[in-house]
Amino acid sequence: MSRALPSALPRSLLAEPDLFDDLPPEEHSLPTHGLSEAGRPGLPLRVAPTLAETAQRIRPTTLAVDRTLPVIEALAGLFPDGLRRGVTVGVSGAGARSMALALMARATQTGSWVAVVGTSDMGLAAAFEVGVALERLVVVNAPHPDQWASVVATFVGAVDLVLVSPGHRPSTGDARRLAARCRERGSVLVCLFPEGRSPGEGWPGRIDLQFSMGAATWSGPDASSAGPLARLRSRRVEVSVGGRGVPDDGRSDVLLLPDPTGVPARL
Amino acid sequence: MNGAPAATDSPAAVRTLVVGCPDWPLTALGVDPGEQALVLGAGRVVAATGPARAVGVARGQHRREAQYLCPEVRVLARDEAREAREFEVVASALGAVTPWVEARCPGRCSFGVLGPVRLFGGEVALVRHTAEVVGAAVDRLELGAGSHPGCRIGVADGAFAAGLAARVGGVAPEGAVVVPPGRSPDFLAPLPVAVLTTPLAGRGAELVDVLIRLGLTTLGAFAAIPVADVSARFGNDGLDAHRLASGVDNRPVGHRSAPPDLAVSVPFDPPVDRIDRAAFAARSAAEALHERLSARGMACTRLLVEVETEHGERMSRRWRDEGVLGPVAVVDRVRWQLEGWLHGPPAVRPTSGIVLLVLVPDEVVPAVGRQLGFWGGASAADERAGRACDRVVGLLGPGSVRVPEWRGGRDPDDQVALVPFVGLTESPTRVEPLEGAPPWPGALPRPSPAAVHTEPVAIDVVDAGGVPVTVDGRGVLSAPPARLVLPERVSLGVDPDTGSDQRVTAWAGPWPVDERWWDPLRRSRRARLQIVTADGTARLVALADGQWTVVATYD
Repeated sequence: MSRALPSALPRSLLAEPDLFDDLPPEEHSLPTHGLSEAGRPGLPLRVAPTLAETAQRIRPTTLAVDRTLPVIEALAGLFPDGLRRGVTVGVSGAGARSMALALMARATQTGSWVAVVGTSDMGLAAAFEVGVALERLVVVNAPHPDQWASVVATFVGAVDLVLVSPGHRPSTGDARRLAARCRERGSVLVCLFPEGRSPGEGWPGRIDLQFSMGAATWSGPDASSAGPLARLRSRRVEVSVGGRGVPDDGRSDVLLLPDPTGVPARL
Repeated sequence: MNGAPAATDSPAAVRTLVVGCPDWPLTALGVDPGEQALVLGAGRVVAATGPARAVGVARGQHRREAQYLCPEVRVLARDEAREAREFEVVASALGAVTPWVEARCPGRCSFGVLGPVRLFGGEVALVRHTAEVVGAAVDRLELGAGSHPGCRIGVADGAFAAGLAARVGGVAPEGAVVVPPGRSPDFLAPLPVAVLTTPLAGRGAELVDVLIRLGLTTLGAFAAIPVADVSARFGNDGLDAHRLASGVDNRPVGHRSAPPDLAVSVPFDPPVDRIDRAAFAARSAAEALHERLSARGMACTRLLVEVETEHGERMSRRWRDEGVLGPVAVVDRVRWQLEGWLHGPPAVRPTSGIVLLVLVPDEVVPAVGRQLGFWGGASAADERAGRACDRVVGLLGPGSVRVPEWRGGRDPDDQVALVPFVGLTESPTRVEPLEGAPPWPGALPRPSPAAVHTEPVAIDVVDAGGVPVTVDGRGVLSAPPARLVLPERVSLGVDPDTGSDQRVTAWAGPWPVDERWWDPLRRSRRARLQIVTADGTARLVALADGQWTVVATYD
């Protein structure tokens, strides 16, 4: 027993696995004699790695980039690091639907699914133009308020993005449970508050990231010279975001939402 | 692929008798075949009585279309459970003719005539006896109506030809069509190729479309093409279709009996007496069966469903499908069978709950598999999302989860329609315009509105003098719009109480459109305007029949 062990390696890797790993600790047969002969009394007696240790060691590394969902380039000013998974996002004001579609577009292109619950007037042609991959979009009409929470909870965790616009006020408990489920499963819950409804009255839970749409200006036609080729071309809108992970004074950007081809662009 | 068996080498088609009860959904609901009535399933007509058909009602029509053609028609909702329950009585009555009854769906079953024809002394006698048995069973159901439309019977080589013989014939026994042995190809030859759509399931419509455009409008014309050429051009599906059209064998290429170890059994403890619970368990069993089969590259075409109760009562039935029985189809069959047994008449009803359900694949074919995407097909995320959708469908009912399908059109709500979610990538819906598709003249330009109102709101569009704006036949506005007059409460995202300004600051259009002017029912003539108001909101408004509505908002 005079083999020199390279001291740089942790002992737990070199030890023989304990045959009685499944027994309670007091019944383990501990290799105490070998250790005492080596004269190193300070070492822990139990040298076999526990299951938790092994799991810790062999767990795949999660890169920060995997914990975010990608967003389109136009939104890079608002999301320098992408959209963090597990957050609850609120979008309010005129143009909230376009903003929500822009948020989801890139993620759907990279394989994420989107469930839209209770927003039956979502313009799907606009979604297509913004770049949402429609083959990964499912739409559920507003369920009865009693079933609303279970429907949304089914989608949270199963799809990466859940867009809700509840026609009723969900209970505080439901909102908290959904937010917790999002954090645990890494889904993003997007709450849509169309103009005329403030976030406070529509959603009883905490909103991690709140987008507010500022005043919008449409370009294209004007009142004096509506010629045969005139059409709505683009909308210039200032979007501001506040909440967790955002500097206190907020972050804002001026976007063309949409630009003349229907795609969001940064001005 | 010269190794494909030539028609003459094929095994002889099994001589088959098909019994079909036309419009079983109506019969099961106890509707008198003499009145004008129809049954709606998933928004479409699934069955209609003779008088209703006489004025133009047909399967697949929308409710509104049917009611337009036949205003006083009685509209009934489909009750699949009841259909299965009532038909089980008929199927079990046929057990007196032969034990080898294969059910297809409520209203339709078949069996091989080889055995029973000896017992009854000839096919004509067999047909007469079968018609009597079925007629007596339907009469015993006491469905309320005094009469029923009777059943159709066809006998031919192969189930495909026999099914068509039953369809073209009249009411059995006099109207039954018995195609003499060996004459099935002659019987099939003049029939249109469109009859291939159903047996080929999802793959048929496209093939039939191509055949018609090639000028091969009858089965005979298609069957006349050498089998090697069909195989080279249309692959396995084409080969299946060609065999059906030739009337040589109804079974797909390469069928074989399944080895017995593929059966899946589900014990229930405690016993279940509710169909929804059994069907729930059947779902996972069906998926397990599907996985076992697909691991061996096989798919099931005939399935034996066996059920046993706590008191040892057993009931088994063979189910055959024209195509391949997928997990969803298997669950439907289990539900139908249990519906017929557990809720059937007291004489056949078991006395205790079910303790065992066994799914035995009776006949299998090599699976062609589902077409996956080029880069690896369904991902884990797709599977997860599909399961979640299934669960929500279970929660809210069929049709509650919908997916987009690209249709194309002139209005934002025409371009993409929502269709019920049926399953993951079984037949992916098209979600973008076809490459190089011709444009829609009169379509609105991009960008599209992000909010398309499901219920358009009536408004007034007035000019500077307060006079309503109109559009003349040439698509010219009577005057530039100056103001929108919204109704008292509008839930379009703009609250009139906040004093939002509805003066028009910019507008574009009009885009006039006159669609389907040849069809009085679906004609639509309207003019669209894009209007921006002083509060910064851009809306799409349309004028039709003298009334302006807000159809969408550029939210």
